[in-house]
Amino acid sequence: MAVLEQTPPAVAQPATARPRTGLRKYWHLYAAISPFYLIFLGFGLFPVGFSLYLSFHRWDGLGSMEWAGLSQYQYLLSDSDFWNSIGNTIIIWALATFPMIFLAMITAVMLNSAVRFKSLYRVAYFLPNVTSVVAIAIVFGSIFSTNAGMVNAVLQAVGIDQVAWLNTPWGIKVTIAALMTWQWTGYNAIIFLAGLQTIPGDLYEAARMDGAGPVQTFFRITLPLLRPTLLFVLVVSTVTGLQSFSEPQVLLQTSSNDSTFAGGPGHSGQTMVLYFFQQTFDNNDFGYGAAVAWGIFLVVVLFSIINWRLVQRRGD
Amino acid sequence: MASIKGSRRRGIALHLPLVIGTLVSAFPFYWAVIMSTHSSSEIFSYPPKLLPGTHFLENVRNLFDAVDFFGSMWNSLLVAVSVTFLVLLFDSLAAFVFAKFDFPGKGMLFGLLMVIFMVPAQLSVIPQFVLMAKIGWIGSMTALIVPAAANAFGIFWMRQYMKTAIHDELLDASRLDGANFLRQYWHVALPVVRPGLAFLGIFTFMGQWNDFAWPLIALTNPGNVTLQVALSQLNGTHGTTDYGIVMTGALLALVPLLIVFAVGAKQIIGDLAKGAVRG
Repeated sequence: MAVLEQTPPAVAQPATARPRTGLRKYWHLYAAISPFYLIFLGFGLFPVGFSLYLSFHRWDGLGSMEWAGLSQYQYLLSDSDFWNSIGNTIIIWALATFPMIFLAMITAVMLNSAVRFKSLYRVAYFLPNVTSVVAIAIVFGSIFSTNAGMVNAVLQAVGIDQVAWLNTPWGIKVTIAALMTWQWTGYNAIIFLAGLQTIPGDLYEAARMDGAGPVQTFFRITLPLLRPTLLFVLVVSTVTGLQSFSEPQVLLQTSSNDSTFAGGPGHSGQTMVLYFFQQTFDNNDFGYGAAVAWGIFLVVVLFSIINWRLVQRRGD
Repeated sequence: MASIKGSRRRGIALHLPLVIGTLVSAFPFYWAVIMSTHSSSEIFSYPPKLLPGTHFLENVRNLFDAVDFFGSMWNSLLVAVSVTFLVLLFDSLAAFVFAKFDFPGKGMLFGLLMVIFMVPAQLSVIPQFVLMAKIGWIGSMTALIVPAAANAFGIFWMRQYMKTAIHDELLDASRLDGANFLRQYWHVALPVVRPGLAFLGIFTFMGQWNDFAWPLIALTNPGNVTLQVALSQLNGTHGTTDYGIVMTGALLALVPLLIVFAVGAKQIIGDLAKGAVRG
């Protein structure tokens, strides 16, 4: 929040101007920033306040609201489906994030060593990130399909049994994680690459003179200096990964009968946000949905803090 | 001294994994192209098809029969273009004010903006839905455009950009020439930050084009939806999903994005990384 304390260069008002009241003098500045705050008032502040209010009530969205006190939250704590969705979300997040950061870092290091066609590689690696999740989830559903998918064909070719990817608890999670890894590795590689390019070259020169090998150089120089970038990548992956919705929704909407938000057989691909949508819009339980939303918010905040702490402590 | 042979070997060791990575990045696109040229029964036969088939035109025809493809594409375009235009206008105006002017309450208003930045989307989904149902926007594109018309990320990002890009001397000079606030914004600020606007514009367009969760909830009339929702309807038809059609739809939905990306790739990749490293 250091940015907030900086006072920008004050723009001097002409000395001849008569002192005017604040509002008259600055009205054009307030007008210029007002659209954002008006939209925020209607679609930001009101909703957040209202959802807090709602979470203490029972409401189906149509009838009258009924005061429920803390009972929605009490139920949330003992709701095994909610805990199941937390578990799923964290497992999918871990399955996607750790390989993704590892691959992205390796890719960035390779791109950073004076390689030809660098900009071509950068475009190729970034491409997955600009595609729509819906379209690409459909494509992944087909690549991982049990009978006719490319993945099982390759497995069969090397003599491994087929896997029912979209029908088993672990298969579902691995497929969702594979999709996320595919979509975000290149994006993060480019961010790591930018971080690498801020590390001065003479540090590497000095390390080489001291006889350090490439592995030693990576762990002693590259990794510590890349820590701010790593932190950025980890925080963004946590906040987006824990709120995954479109990937499991599109991949699994046809494979369960009760709800398009069920997350596949046995709810094993149901993430927290899917569960929120199911409770709210399939069950029309707006009060409980609001409580779930606050539960998700809490999990995301807790997880972000833990991640932050871990990365900050490591190098110190 | 590394021999030529040695450096060539090093080159191969470096390029081989990079090329494999490129192939993995590209494979799903290739797969979508191949699948869109086969009939559903061919797609579900073993071994998987890796070469183009002959059913592309048939799939396209069936796709256009199954969903209002151009109608939903028009909706997507309408939403993405309107939001991009509004975001560029509102965000850059607010960013200009926060970057270059001083006024009472500025610190508090900007702090509020940063807090808003961190509020997760689900918290506002239900009240937003209820509110929009009350004012009758549910089911129309207005429900998608208005809440997205200005955002904290864009203002924050543009402000960082403008702080360094617009020189105070330029503003002072223009004021001495008698330029008022709007003239300064239009004639001094905007021309300088054009690359930043291009980044924010492309970024916003792609984000809106791909948005899925809120449109899925807010567009309650199945005949009047955005492209992403139409695609998911196609995929979700129980039992009778025709993969040839679905793949063709997925492929055609990617085309406008790929065009935007081809035009703006350099801008996006460069500026995105810059923001992340600056922090």
